[in-house]
Amino acid sequence: MNLEKVIFAFFIVFAATLNFGFFLGDIDRPELHNIYELFAAIVINMIATVLKFGDRTQIGAVLLSTSLVADLQLIAAAVIWAVAVHVNGAGMTPDVTASVVSLSGGALLANIISVTMLVVETVMMRR
Amino acid sequence: MNSVFFLVLRRMRAPIIVLIVFYAIAVLGLTLVPGVNADGTPAPAMSFFHAFYFISYTATTIGFGEIPVAFSNAQRLWTTACIYMTVISWSYSILTLLALLQDKAFQHTLVASGFSRRVARLHAPFFLVCGCGETGSLICRALDILGYDFVILDKDPQRVEELDLEDFKTNDPTLAADAGAAANLLMAGLRHRQCKGVLAVTNDEECNLAIAINTRLLNPDIPVLARARSPGVMASMASFGTHHIVNAYERFAEYLALAVSSPERFRLIEILTGLPGTALPQVHRPPHGRWIICGYGLFGRSIARYLTLPGITLTVVDPESDGPANGRTVRGIGTEVHVLEAAGIREAHGIVAGSPNDINNLSIAMMAKKLNPHIFVVARQNQGANDVLFDTFRADFSMVHTRIVAQECISVITTPLLSRFLAAIRQADERESQALVQRLEEVCKGHVPEVWSVTLDQHNALAAHKALLNKRPLSAGHLLRNGARRETSLPAIILMIERNGEVFLLPDADFMLMADDTVLLAGLHLVRSSLLLTLHNANVLHYILTGEDKGGGWLWQRISARRH
Repeated sequence: MNLEKVIFAFFIVFAATLNFGFFLGDIDRPELHNIYELFAAIVINMIATVLKFGDRTQIGAVLLSTSLVADLQLIAAAVIWAVAVHVNGAGMTPDVTASVVSLSGGALLANIISVTMLVVETVMMRR
Repeated sequence: MNSVFFLVLRRMRAPIIVLIVFYAIAVLGLTLVPGVNADGTPAPAMSFFHAFYFISYTATTIGFGEIPVAFSNAQRLWTTACIYMTVISWSYSILTLLALLQDKAFQHTLVASGFSRRVARLHAPFFLVCGCGETGSLICRALDILGYDFVILDKDPQRVEELDLEDFKTNDPTLAADAGAAANLLMAGLRHRQCKGVLAVTNDEECNLAIAINTRLLNPDIPVLARARSPGVMASMASFGTHHIVNAYERFAEYLALAVSSPERFRLIEILTGLPGTALPQVHRPPHGRWIICGYGLFGRSIARYLTLPGITLTVVDPESDGPANGRTVRGIGTEVHVLEAAGIREAHGIVAGSPNDINNLSIAMMAKKLNPHIFVVARQNQGANDVLFDTFRADFSMVHTRIVAQECISVITTPLLSRFLAAIRQADERESQALVQRLEEVCKGHVPEVWSVTLDQHNALAAHKALLNKRPLSAGHLLRNGARRETSLPAIILMIERNGEVFLLPDADFMLMADDTVLLAGLHLVRSSLLLTLHNANVLHYILTGEDKGGGWLWQRISARRH
């Protein structure tokens, strides 16, 4: 058992599940999407990204890029939330909520790709 | 992406994760801790946006005070914890980065990747010089004068740093690495398109052998010159097809024998193969007769083998081994009077001080001069650092093996045609050699001339090639006319012309050239650029051939054509 791989798998799956939890629910109802869950998803995603730093294998490079995509989408979602609530004072209207949640949906897709690749790599590993 | 980048990322994983986690905890805490309004009533906690903003400036120790409103005491408590957390995480990141920068392995990777990038970017032909001790730096200096690029590999990091101080014209890549390893050779451009040859001149014979083998296997097309001392290493180099094996002892012994038997031809070879730009060597006339050889190691053996000429009797002085079958042997080092007298110093004509110890050699040489002032002294100098001592003593003939190896390497790799010329003049008699030496001495004014070859093809001599294809008569004499004043000629000598494998020695001025001939010349450095202009510039060539000045470029020619 490789501890590094265990930790990485933990963070990748954790990021995906948190992301999924935030995404779940009607897209335009702000009360169904907890901001703390978005925050946790961002943090865990960033840690998962950093864990792939300096991995020269092909699959490591692709995992790094999918993680980066998820990071970008989630950060974009957080920025939209901050702009709506604090900058222009619009608050969490249904359309703002929809765009925040749909961005996190994109991140979820990237995370699902990561998890799939992780599973594929594990299956292909023979010992 | 290069390996340096990956190394940094890999090492920075832990500190960046710590940074992310501590930021997250700090921000999360601030969104949970209740605040207070200006009138003292409890207020809701900060939002994520405000918390993140506050932590961002607090963590970087900018500190704007309490924003957006004054904090509650609970918030202050949490902020105190945050400040320590974030300062620790930032310090950890920075310290890791600093440690990484000071790490020897990291620095080596950094230097190596810079080196390989510079090698990959080389666009001019270059030579790969392995080992840059005394021999290597002599070679590099000569290559620099001749205008070639080179890449240097040397094991000793200190030596590589010293090389930075050398005042080379071009800024050539150097790396401190073991030249015997294939990876290092490849990084230094062994398979580079512009690599024109490899010189294995390290002090370590095994390393030279490894370089030769690597080159033969990894890039068989380029020539490799290797330096060797012992017969065993020479044999294995030869079996691997090393193009040229330089053994300084053998070469010097051969030269000494040549100087004894035919001094004029030796003088000619000495001038043509010297390091360009150095002062012309003195004239050596070692006598026939009785010779004493002090030191019968590899060097002494080579000398004894080559000096077995008619009219020469040998006496060997050595503390351990026996001399050759055809000579006498005296036990001793040669620094003692009684040993030298036993070897017959008073009747001897020449003595070779050839031990591996410089001080002993000087002592032998001085003792010999004292006992017999007319004796011809050949001194072997092992270390370039002892130059001053040997210069002061002024032996009749001194052997510095670093210089011999450097000379041979330079003459072989820069002008392959020269060795054919030297082979061809082996038949020449002393009178012809003397005449040529006199001409060379007039031409080069006290310095060793440069010897170079130029092929009259489209690439190396555009204008001349075109003229020859158009059946314009171009003679050997035309090449040496001065492009500014055609009545005067350039101070250089055409040594040889090669045409389809056939050679014409010392052609006279009327010799008619043909396309794709290769011309071997000797002369001063400035002649070379002048000749290059004649061969490449159609106007200069036209002026030299006809005496009329055609003027500059296309526009000027149009104007002058209309005027006539």
